[in-house]
Amino acid sequence: MRKISRLGHEARIGWSLVAPALAVIALIAIFPLGWTFWESLHLDELRMPWLGKPFVGLANYIEIAKDPRFWAALGHTAFFTVVSISLELVIGLFLALAMNRVFRGRGFVRAAVLVPWAIPTVVAALLWRFIFESQGGIANALLVDAGILKQPMVWFIQTSTAWVPVILADVWKTTPFVALLLLAGLQNIDLTLYEAAAVDGANAWWQLRHITLPLLKPAILVTLIFRTLDGFRVFDLIYVLTGGGPGTSTEPVALYTFNALLQNLRFGYGSALSVVIFAITFGLALLYVRGLGVRLGGEES
Amino acid sequence: MKSAATAGVRWGRWTFGAALVVLILFTLFPFYWAIVASLTSDAALFRDPSLWPRHLIFDHYRALFTERDFITPIRNSLVVAGTTTIFCLIVGTLAAYALARIEFRGKAAIMGFILAVTMFPQISIVSPLYLLLRSLHLIDTYPGLIMPYMTFAMPLTVWVLTGSIRQIPKDLEEAAHVDGATRVQSFTKILLPLAVPSLATTGILTFIYCWNEFLFALSFTLGPERQTVPVAIALFRGQYQVPWGEILAAAVVATAPVAAMVLIFQRRIVQGLTAGAVKG
Repeated sequence: MRKISRLGHEARIGWSLVAPALAVIALIAIFPLGWTFWESLHLDELRMPWLGKPFVGLANYIEIAKDPRFWAALGHTAFFTVVSISLELVIGLFLALAMNRVFRGRGFVRAAVLVPWAIPTVVAALLWRFIFESQGGIANALLVDAGILKQPMVWFIQTSTAWVPVILADVWKTTPFVALLLLAGLQNIDLTLYEAAAVDGANAWWQLRHITLPLLKPAILVTLIFRTLDGFRVFDLIYVLTGGGPGTSTEPVALYTFNALLQNLRFGYGSALSVVIFAITFGLALLYVRGLGVRLGGEES
Repeated sequence: MKSAATAGVRWGRWTFGAALVVLILFTLFPFYWAIVASLTSDAALFRDPSLWPRHLIFDHYRALFTERDFITPIRNSLVVAGTTTIFCLIVGTLAAYALARIEFRGKAAIMGFILAVTMFPQISIVSPLYLLLRSLHLIDTYPGLIMPYMTFAMPLTVWVLTGSIRQIPKDLEEAAHVDGATRVQSFTKILLPLAVPSLATTGILTFIYCWNEFLFALSFTLGPERQTVPVAIALFRGQYQVPWGEILAAAVVATAPVAAMVLIFQRRIVQGLTAGAVKG
């Protein structure tokens, strides 16, 4: 009896300590999310206030389904996400394996790779924009000197070449984070497994394929979730590097939504786009968690 | 046979080392180049870019603080990021203590909820926040940025802090409990002093996220008076051409404090980031 009341008391303390943080999150994150949905069912053109704010049901969503610019933006986002994450996983795994070894200068390597992760994305984008600038850009100078290019290239005028600095900048900025998540996973692996394998004469490649990768699977999946969701909301990087151009040929969904909202002031339609992005991200997260059976941290199992 | 194996190992070590060096150069090069270019005159930069600095000049840095008012965005960023961080730490510490130390039903659900909120896309709440801030006349004000910043800063703070406090051993608190200490006493007298490093790390992380934020700052400010550093840099315009020298000088100024913090607190930041994120 005493135990039960004690537990009830504990629960009350627990909930009351968590309450303020939950209230803040509910008020400024969850409530607006509901509002976005409500807004998306209306026509709300801030440029044309005389139209009022009539309820239009799913009209905005029907417009999205027929909007070629939306589908193109979705394609760009998916392309960007898949290409940059694949590169980041491969390079990140190499970096993590490297940082897991003991060698002189390991502390320096760890600090050096962390800096790109910590700086503003806007700054990272500007650094790479400057490197690939057609006039005075060092990439052109180096590539011409090395004989790879015959003449300086205007990178941002063509869709295919405009993606190069975008992907490079993302890989440069985010690989450290990927490497750190994988490194944390590597450090959980029991070293005696490797010793046993070495005694049996297994080489490094065999150890990587049969010990490291299988045991690293949870860490890889968690990284994949974080990065996919990040990739789908990419905004800063492309806003600064290409502005979505040339034309709208590198425009991701977040940038299209931002333009619909704050350039064209189409709040009903922009809100519907926001809801669609939210639904896609949510769906992806569910897919990963359910389909791949990932256990996220937090509760010890 | 044995010598072949040794040669293989040596060869592997060489490739490994070479690849690592290439990666480090790739990582450091943009910084090096930004610093060199920010110290070079625009004329020299566009006529004949050179990897090695020739005449170093500080004109771009001077222009940043005389011709342009770069102090204002720095002040704005400090106020917004600082206030958000302090508020999140105060509220977040209470929540993190409960989540790390008290057993109660619904805890797993709360953790899942908080993690879910850290993952949802910022763009999905830009429209209601804009309408809300507009109706409260908070567009282009400090509170108009601090409030939206809570949406990502609060869950981040609670999540990292909970993971960090969980790693602090419970023994002292349990001993104090046996000696008759109340919960408030064991929290303020025992856990809090032990948690100072956790609080510092979490504070640094939250501050960095706020300092770097772009979308909200771009959406909810109107002009240079309230723009934060990332927005100010992204919108730098020159009269005739892109003022690259000044942009890069500004980039160096905006990055230096963050880079310094990361280099100094590297080990702790890595722990904070990965605590609770990955569990096998």
